[in-house]
Order: sequence, then structure tokens, then C-alpha cells
Amino acid sequence: MVSHSLALPMICFTTLWGLVGVVAPFFVPKGPNRGVIITSLVLTAVCCYLFWLVAILAQTNPLFGPQLKNETIWYLRYFWE
Amino acid sequence: GPLCDITKPGNQRCSPNELFIAGVIKQERFPAFEKVLWRLFHGNFVLRHAEMQATEELQAVRGAVKKDVFIIFVQGDHVREKIRKVCEGFRASLYSCPKTLYEPKQMSTSVMTQMEDLRMILRRTEEYRAGVLTRAAEHVQEWGSKVKKMKAIYYTLNLCNIDITQKLIVAEIWCPVSDLTLVQSALIKGSEQSGSSVTPVLNRIQTQQTPPTFNRTNTFTEGFQAIIDAYGVGTYQEINPASYTIVTFPFLFAVMFGDCGHGLVMTLFAVWVTSQAESLRKWKNELTDVVIGGRYIILLMGMFSIYTGLIYNDCFSKSFNIFGSSWCVLSMFHPHGPWQNETLHEYHHLQLNPFVPGVYSGDPYVFGIDPVWNIASNKLSFLNSFKMKMSVILGVSHMLFGVALSLVNFDIFLQFVPQLIFMLSLFGYLIFLILYKWCITLRSETAPSILLLFINMMLFDYQSEHVLLYRGQVWIHAPLKAVLYSWLFRKDHFICFLLQVSMGDIFVYQAIHTIEFCLGCISNTASYLRLWALSLAHAELSEVLWRMVLQVGLKISSGMGSLMLVVLFAAFAVLTVTVLLIMEGLSAFLHALRLHWVEFQNKFYEGSGYKFTPLSFDSLLKTQQ
Repeated sequence: MVSHSLALPMICFTTLWGLVGVVAPFFVPKGPNRGVIITSLVLTAVCCYLFWLVAILAQTNPLFGPQLKNETIWYLRYFWE
Repeated sequence: GPLCDITKPGNQRCSPNELFIAGVIKQERFPAFEKVLWRLFHGNFVLRHAEMQATEELQAVRGAVKKDVFIIFVQGDHVREKIRKVCEGFRASLYSCPKTLYEPKQMSTSVMTQMEDLRMILRRTEEYRAGVLTRAAEHVQEWGSKVKKMKAIYYTLNLCNIDITQKLIVAEIWCPVSDLTLVQSALIKGSEQSGSSVTPVLNRIQTQQTPPTFNRTNTFTEGFQAIIDAYGVGTYQEINPASYTIVTFPFLFAVMFGDCGHGLVMTLFAVWVTSQAESLRKWKNELTDVVIGGRYIILLMGMFSIYTGLIYNDCFSKSFNIFGSSWCVLSMFHPHGPWQNETLHEYHHLQLNPFVPGVYSGDPYVFGIDPVWNIASNKLSFLNSFKMKMSVILGVSHMLFGVALSLVNFDIFLQFVPQLIFMLSLFGYLIFLILYKWCITLRSETAPSILLLFINMMLFDYQSEHVLLYRGQVWIHAPLKAVLYSWLFRKDHFICFLLQVSMGDIFVYQAIHTIEFCLGCISNTASYLRLWALSLAHAELSEVLWRMVLQVGLKISSGMGSLMLVVLFAAFAVLTVTVLLIMEGLSAFLHALRLHWVEFQNKFYEGSGYKFTPLSFDSLLKTQQ
């Protein structure tokens, strides 16, 4: 079992998708496609961030655990940290 | 005396008593021919016949028709006409028979030379024809496109009017306002190149007609514009959903397809099609045209599928353990937890308990679904709950986005604000409950079900035994319900006040519209549950393929195992491509498209325009068969 905090990934991914969706639109070169590219960047950032957020929040406070076969438990006991 | 030849009429030298006739007749007609001759001459003749050897050339020309050659010896000169008529009736060809021995040889040589000459003429003609056709074949493509272009130009010219003076053509055109200067310069250039003295004049006029809708696209965006236009071309100057569809459509597809292995294959396929687009277009098949036209859509679908596959932690139905699982089996054993070594012998399946300290690390897996769920037998219990809530969150967000876009189209207060308030108070609250329940720590025995909570809220049902999700829940629910139920009536009063018309009609109309919107909202939200359903189906199919095909091959321990594995892997690959990539891909494509066309676009899109179709040689020649 590896212990990672919740805050670290939260900060990492929020900054990552924040860069993609908020900062990158300022650096799009001027041209006929500028509007489409900015829309795509913002929507990509929103969709991907939301999807990741839902996945991590759904696992923060589990109400039940995984049910494993006894052979699997034996293996995991010795081979996972 | 010498035998007479009846084929030369008027031959005085022959003895009138002996006649012979030689000819060729079809074998099937010969018996009837013989019968007729017997009836006519009462047996006073000698008939001999033999089957002709079919030569190669005869067979090629006429097919395998069998012919008989016959010779008749008969007496009497009045007989000549009768026999000729009979032969004509039976379509027998009569030939002159040579009298001496030398003549047949001469005749056959002359016939042979004739045949040789004819053969040479045929050969020369064929060569000439092949030469002409080859030379023409080099140009026929060019001629075809020239003819198409000329035809299109004349059709377009037919749409113009001829001026009274018969010297000018007047054309009324639709033209994008931003392109007016371009059109002007093209007119000037055209008049210069054709050497005419008069420049065409372009005047802008006012009209009551609705102009056609023109959305400028490039090679990347035209695929997405095409799938939006397939449902309905936007009304003139309406907001164009295609620019948002570029991201939301592949994303919703990927939520339903979510497998990074399959997504990688799809991306590589799309990259290959994109690089080979020009040479693949030559196939001119409807199916390949569709795939080539949608190559950027497939590329984006593949790339988003890799991302959602990584989050679902699903690669050909296997999971990655990159960051280390948050679940620890060791802590379930003594001294931390209830299990002993003997417990493993007693029970076949055991469930980890997150409330035993140390089993769950307290922090979730960093990126995506924890890999322990892939090997758990109750994997679906967790994934179903997760995917269902994810679908509702994504669906409500998508629809709120649609409602926000309607701001651009219609007036704000009469439509937008009430819709927004309704959706936020009902579904926004549902999402708040989902997120809240995820973020707090609960004991599993007492955790309230969100569904029951919601139902009880709407029915004003509070019994003290029901555990509330958070303190003060009752006080939040009351105003929410007030907002919801009063929303039913807000519009009528407002409009009545403005228009001072009879209350009855407006009331009925608004009630219908309100109920329609409510039911529509609820059914649309439920419709987004297909995101859950399809991703579940894909994951299950993927796992079946692994368990029943590839794993069987990997488990074979006999010597022939490696050979069997090759065969089984081939079967696995074929089934993956046909069932999982093509069939599931098409299915997810269709459902993502439906979600856009119906659930998203009915919040703001009218789609009652017609398309701007300028004369374009590019699109004309692309569609040529």
C-alpha cells in the first residue's frame, strides 16, 4: 500500500488542466482558426479535468472494499507493498 | 454423262436425267429434311450425309452447332425448283460441287487464302482499335472532368437572366459579406483574362428572403460540420454547434468506448488513413469515402479513448498499477485485522473492509480507477455506482452548456432564466448530493441512499428514523421545493401582465410547455445513462475475449501450446477488430451522436436553414463516379 496525499494530485492536475484551458489560449497564434483552437482547448481542459476529478472523488471515501479470491489475497499479501 | 449442277440455273449442258445436289444443313434439322424428301420423291433418290468436323473457327463464331453435309442424287429436271425450295425452307446452304479431282484442291486452297486474308484484316483492325482506345484512354479522365465543368457552368448560366438589350446577363447571387472584396477582384481578373472591355458590376441589394447558411470550414472541421448538418442545417445566423462538437463528440464517444488499447489501435488507424488520404480516395467506394471524410473525427475519438481508457484503467481488459494501489491486504490479517491464515482456507472469497485501519490508505489512486478493482469479484458493484453518477454529472453539465448557448439565440428572461433555475434546482442539487456524499466519510451501514433521499424530498416525507445526509437538510429542501413548484406558474403571470391577454389560453399553453420541459429534462438526464451502459458493455465484451480466447491460449502447458497460442491470438485479434473496434465503435459513435442531436441540441438549436452551395469545381470533381 502506497500512501499518497489527496492534495498533491489535486494541485498537479488542476494546474495542468488550468494551463491547457486558461493559459494556453493566450498563446494561440493569430489566424483564421484562432477561435476554433481556443474553443477546443478550453473544452478539452474542462472535459478531461472533470472526468479525472469524478474518478478520484468517487474513490476518496469508499463505503465497501474489493472482494478477492483467496489465492489472489495470498499473492497480494507477499507481492504488493 | 457428266453430272449436272443445279446451282447454276440455265445450265444447258447437263443431262436432264441425272442431278445431284450438295449442301450443308444443321444436324437437328436433317431428319425432318429427309422425311420431306421421301414424301416428295417417293424414295426415287439417293441421299448420303455425314457429320461435319467442327473446326475451331466455326465453333468460336457460331458456337458448337453441329452441321451435316449431304449430297442427293435424283432424276428429273422439274425436280430442281422443288428441291431448291425445300432446301430454302430448311435453311440448308447449297454449294457447287467440283467435277474433276483437281478442282476440290483448287477450291480449298482459294478458300484457305481467303480465310488467311480475312484473318489478317481482322488482326490489323483489332490492333488499330486497341491503338485508338489506348490513346483515348489517356485523355478520357480529362475529357470527363472538362465535360462536367462545362455542364456545371452552363447550368449555372441558365439560372441568370438575360437583359432586355440581349447583350448583358443579370445574376442574383448569395455571397458571404466578408468575401465581397474577393468576389470583386475575381470579377475584374476574369474580365481582364477574357479580354472584354466591360467589367462586371456587383451591387448589393436588400431582400426579404432568408439567406442560406454558410459555416466556413477547413479540412479538419468539415467532418464535424457534416455530422451536425446531417440532422439539420442551422437557421441563418444561428449559433453553430459544430465548433463545440469538435471536442464534446469524441469525448462522449470515448466515455462509452474507454479502453486505452483499443483507443491506441483506433488512433494509429486514423493516422494511417490521414497520411494516405489522397491515394485511398482513388478506390471510389462509398465506404472508403465515409472513412476518409471522417478521418479527423476517428483520430480525435481514438485520442480521447486513450485518455478515458487510462482513467478507467482498462487496456484490453487489463489494468496498470503505475502508482501503487491504495488498498492493502496485509492489514486485514492479524494483528491489525480479523483474518488469520486459516481464514483463507475456509473461505473462497473474502472482502476487504475499508474501516479496518490500514486497509485503505486514506488517499485514492492518483490517476483513474485503482488497479485492485480489476482483480476483484465485486468489481461491478463499485464501477456501476461510479459510472452511473459520472453519467449524470456529465449529462447535466452538457445540458447546462446547451441551455447557456440558448442565451445567444433567444431572449434571456422569458426562456433562459426559468429553465436555468429549474435545471439547477433539481439536477444541480442532485449533483451536489453526489459530490457531497463522495467527499464525506460515512459508516456504510448508515449511509443514506441519494435516490431515496430525493424521492422523500419531493414527497415531503420526513420520518425521524431516516438518517439525514447533512445537518440542516430539511431547511435546504423547503426553499428548493418552493422554487420548483412555483416555477410552474411564474411564466404565466409575467406574460399576462405584459400582453394583457386572456389568462386561460396563456395558462394552458404555458402549462403544456412547462410539463413538456420538466419531463424532457428528466428523460434527457436519464438518457445520458447510456454513457454508463455502453462503457459497461464494452468492458464486459473485452473481458470475455480475454478470458475465453487469449487466456486459454496462455494457459496451455503442452508442447503444442505455442502453436495453439498463435492460432488463438489470431482469433483474438480478428474478434477484437470486428466486434470491439468496428461494432462497438459504430455503436458508441451512434449513441454519442444521438446525445448531441437530441439531448444537447434541443436546448438551443433550431436547425431550419438551408445550405449555401456555391459552384465549386473541387466538390464537383470529388463526387464524380
